[in-house]
Amino acid sequence: MSSLSPIAEHLNSSDSARAPIATRDNIARSGLAIGAGAAWLLLAFITLRWPDLGDWGRGPELAIAASALGAALIAGALLGTIWEPGAARLRRATPWLLALGLFLSVWQATTAKLGILPQPFFPPPHAILEVFIEDWAKLGQSVAASVKLELLGFLVGAAGGFVTGVLLGWSRAFGYWAHPIMRLIGPLPAIAWLPIAFYAFPSSWSASIFLIGLTTGFPVTVLTWSGVASVNSSYYDVARTLGASRLFLVFKVAIPAALPHVFVGLFMGLGASFAVLVTAEMMGVKAGLGFYLQWAQGWAAYANMYAALLVMSLMCTSFVTLLFKIRDRLLSYKKADVQW
Amino acid sequence: MVRLATVAKAGSEAGMDLEFRNVSHRFVLEGAPLPVLDRISLKVARGEFVALLGPSGCGKSTLLRLVAGLEPPSDGEVVADGQTIVGPDPSRVVMFQDPTLFPWRNVRDNVALGLEAQGVLRTGRARIDETLRLVGLERFAKAYPHQLSGGMAQRVALARALVNDPELLILDEPLGKLDSLTRLSMQGEIVNLWRDAGFTTLLVTHDIEEALLMATRIIVLSDRPASIKADIRIDRPYPRHRGNSDLVTTRREILGLLGFEAAW
Ligand SMILES: Nc1ncnc2c1ncn2[C@@H]1O[C@H](COP(=O)(O)OP(=O)(O)OP(=O)(O)O)[C@@H](O)[C@H]1O
Ligand SMILES: [Mg+2]
Repeated sequence: MSSLSPIAEHLNSSDSARAPIATRDNIARSGLAIGAGAAWLLLAFITLRWPDLGDWGRGPELAIAASALGAALIAGALLGTIWEPGAARLRRATPWLLALGLFLSVWQATTAKLGILPQPFFPPPHAILEVFIEDWAKLGQSVAASVKLELLGFLVGAAGGFVTGVLLGWSRAFGYWAHPIMRLIGPLPAIAWLPIAFYAFPSSWSASIFLIGLTTGFPVTVLTWSGVASVNSSYYDVARTLGASRLFLVFKVAIPAALPHVFVGLFMGLGASFAVLVTAEMMGVKAGLGFYLQWAQGWAAYANMYAALLVMSLMCTSFVTLLFKIRDRLLSYKKADVQW
Repeated sequence: MVRLATVAKAGSEAGMDLEFRNVSHRFVLEGAPLPVLDRISLKVARGEFVALLGPSGCGKSTLLRLVAGLEPPSDGEVVADGQTIVGPDPSRVVMFQDPTLFPWRNVRDNVALGLEAQGVLRTGRARIDETLRLVGLERFAKAYPHQLSGGMAQRVALARALVNDPELLILDEPLGKLDSLTRLSMQGEIVNLWRDAGFTTLLVTHDIEEALLMATRIIVLSDRPASIKADIRIDRPYPRHRGNSDLVTTRREILGLLGFEAAW
């Protein structure tokens, strides 16, 4: 992209709308797309024609995939003006595709071909592809196990934290008992419970739910509490003069008003819970991506580790995306602040 | 805007009489007591339109909070229709100094708040639409508060109050933030509504002209702690004109009471 800022981009796009034929912008864009295609073709070429130093499978598959993508990009660059909507969507991704193609080519060259990066710690791209092709079932099971554990733990913690937070903000009697407990236990890293939890709970799985819940629950509690406590008191005045009951004040005034805070807590809790998830899977639960990572380490299967890391980050980012989606839906009355 | 008699109960059973019996109120500010109201005694008859005038910070909003039942007075009592006020009641609705709309509810749901709180939302749908039309906001029913202008937000707040069919309408500088034209038309609207519906109205304002154009009675309050300085009846037919010589005389009288004899 030639534009430097969103404003410049805006100006450019209105420019090209006026003169859609072969402007300098269009030529630059097509050039970029052809470059991106070339980068992927280069990757395919390196992979296939430059002999590997060692024995890594799945080179041909990688080459086929890379050349297919490269060819598609070049075709897209040449036909872009014909099918404008598709081209527009691809255009945003082109710089990334170019960078990625180059990155993979360099990676391929410095690992499998030249051996500059020490082996076996840095497996080449087609070794990682091999993991996905040959071990997808085990990876899939691990993802399913991790998602289940994370989701359950997070939901338990979020629900518990939310209820505790609302009660803390609302009931003095509850606060009297819960506040000291929360102050004592909340800041303790949940991992510290790990040795005890694995013995005290009937299974390491239920212990992990507890730990993830605890980690999620603390920030959710604090933020919900402060959200409820900071509700503008004139909201209550308005509702009370209109005949609102106590329940109405809690559910229709305090909670909706506190919801933006609650989501801050949920995001903090979610981020922290990933660390506990992976640790718990590594230390006790014999399933999930954390366990897969550790198992791969035991076999010095470095390609498997990178594959698991990639899958894990996709899983975590999906959770965050999902939470953003829910937030945007529930807080649709606000102008969106950040776009995840 | 449409006139709408059906929003309010017609006839003589509408409205509420009010009595302040020796009401005093204190706050505590930085450890020291801050007397705000000083032995206020006042009777307001059913259907009257009473304007409260006084210097800023003298205790006008506080007086309204006591009537609304949001706070108990430190001394004395406020009596509505023979019963001492001990808490809020939807028959006494307030339009606050700020519109305080709920930002997470659209205009329609903000107006519906009272009916929802009283559990009569289902039967009140038509009323909500009528009231929205009354304040000229039917096209903005789905808009959220941050999408409204200041004047529109004030009108939503007015609709939110009116939809409850109040017997006492409490207005705390409701038009303070509006431009002078919107202000004029809203003054007329509120007077029309009051004349149609017959509720009792308490209006706090810092605008003498507004009080003179709208009220049947003006109470002038002293500086803090507020006590009643004057109780002036305005027996003029509506619509009133600001140039009217009686009103001009009363205006000068009130300015004198507030300590601005020299001002024109
Ligand atoms: N909750 C409170 N705690 C302490 N002091 C208060 C409180 N509410 C109001 N006051 C004080 O009471 C006095 C009267 O306040 P009030 O809001 O009734 O004034 P007002 O006449 O409505 O003024 P304005 O015309 O500026 O709105 C002020 O001096 C204010 O500082
Ligand atoms: Mg005030």
